[in-house]
Amino acid sequence: MDLITPGSGLIFWQLFGFLGLLFLLIKFAWKPLLAALEERETSIENALKSAEQARNEMANLKADNEKLLQETRLERDIILKKAQEASVKMIEDAKNEASKVAAQQIENAKAVIETEKRAALTEVKNQVAILTLEVTEKLLRKNLSNEQSQKALVDEFIKDIKLN
Amino acid sequence: MTRKLLALSLLFSAFLLGFNSSALASESEEDKTSFIMHHVVDSHEWHFATFGHTHVTLPLPVIVYSGDRGLEFFMSTDFQDHETHAFGKEFAHEGYFIDDHDHLGRVDGGSFTDFSITKNVVMMFIVIFVVAYVSLSAASHYKKNGPVAPKGAAAIIEPIVIFVRDEIAHKSIGPRYKKYVPYLITLFLFIWFGNLLGLLPGAANITGNIAVTLTLAVLTFIITNVSGNKDYWKHVFATPGVPIPMLLIIVPVEIIGLFTKPFALMVRLFVAITAGHIVILGFIALAFIFESISIGIVSTIMVTFINIIELLVATIQAYVFTLFTAMYIGGAVAEHAHDDHH
Repeated sequence: MDLITPGSGLIFWQLFGFLGLLFLLIKFAWKPLLAALEERETSIENALKSAEQARNEMANLKADNEKLLQETRLERDIILKKAQEASVKMIEDAKNEASKVAAQQIENAKAVIETEKRAALTEVKNQVAILTLEVTEKLLRKNLSNEQSQKALVDEFIKDIKLN
Repeated sequence: MTRKLLALSLLFSAFLLGFNSSALASESEEDKTSFIMHHVVDSHEWHFATFGHTHVTLPLPVIVYSGDRGLEFFMSTDFQDHETHAFGKEFAHEGYFIDDHDHLGRVDGGSFTDFSITKNVVMMFIVIFVVAYVSLSAASHYKKNGPVAPKGAAAIIEPIVIFVRDEIAHKSIGPRYKKYVPYLITLFLFIWFGNLLGLLPGAANITGNIAVTLTLAVLTFIITNVSGNKDYWKHVFATPGVPIPMLLIIVPVEIIGLFTKPFALMVRLFVAITAGHIVILGFIALAFIFESISIGIVSTIMVTFINIIELLVATIQAYVFTLFTAMYIGGAVAEHAHDDHH
């Protein structure tokens, strides 16, 4: 029976002691300890969150870089294309210019040649005129002596002229 | 630490066996096992060992309150024979006596209340001191260093605190668990340390005393019912979904249920710890009954084995008491829909 009869003294001291322990520990142990645990847990959580955030930012930055690079590439391609077009145009222009100049020069040359030719013809005509005069002169001189010989002489002269 | 405790406990049991056997050898069969009950129940003095005729005891204060005589203080040594340290009615002192069953009595038969600092009260204060010391040093670690990784006492206490908070309080009570965590941790540590220190040889097993478990169960009962919300009381006095005539049966059952819960808590812890101690002491008693060395060796092996089981039981019982307390509180504060399971 002793075993299952609670003693009044023990109940009193147990109540007194346990409640004392409870209030002491609540005030000086569990409050600071639980607060510290919670604080630590939140700080760990925050650290994890900020790490996650940093990782996301890193990924964003990478994507941005990629985008920038892509844009730059596109721009480069455009510039290259433009340059190519410009160069093609320049070559074309140059070609046109050159052919124009050449045509002009040919035209000029032709004109010069024409002039020269005319001058030469005039010269020839003058020469022929002079020769004709000389032949006429000689004919006139020979004519006085022999008709036939005069004729032969004229022929001879004409032959000479042809040879010239 | 467990190993050290175990080694120490073995050493002490061998030591006690050696000295007690000569004294017990000549006595009758009943006396050879009487020390079992003597060890398990409370006492007005703390008896450690007997060397022949020398008793190693710690005399304890006897405090009595009576309506007519007021508060009185004595020492346990006032009520016993100085040679044999035996209590008895013949050693009455100032109108009081302690009988041979260690009960305080009044010579004139008047009423009184015993507030003595008994063996279990001293043990309880030792447990409280140990719990307070360990917990306060754990807390001071955080006070000094801020919220850092645990070290020293904090490394022992912190996992327990987290376990009680997350696995017991949060899971059993629900969203409003925070308010009850300090009580649950204190309860767990007190019972756990009480169980463990009670296993030490020469120590008293306070958690195997029904007065201690009664007090703890009553505290749980008070906290549970004070926290009880409308749903909880409605469940008791007007159980939803039950026809009115049936309430005549259900309500008394529910009211009895309020008391059986803490009663079960009280009995479970008391029985588990007391039974363990009685089994250990029973095996030790075998050596005295048979007066044989070989039985002594076998019983020592068995005692060691049971001690290991008791270490487990010490933890499980602390866990179970705390868990059930949390579940009862959880039942009282839960906001449940009325069409749920009943």
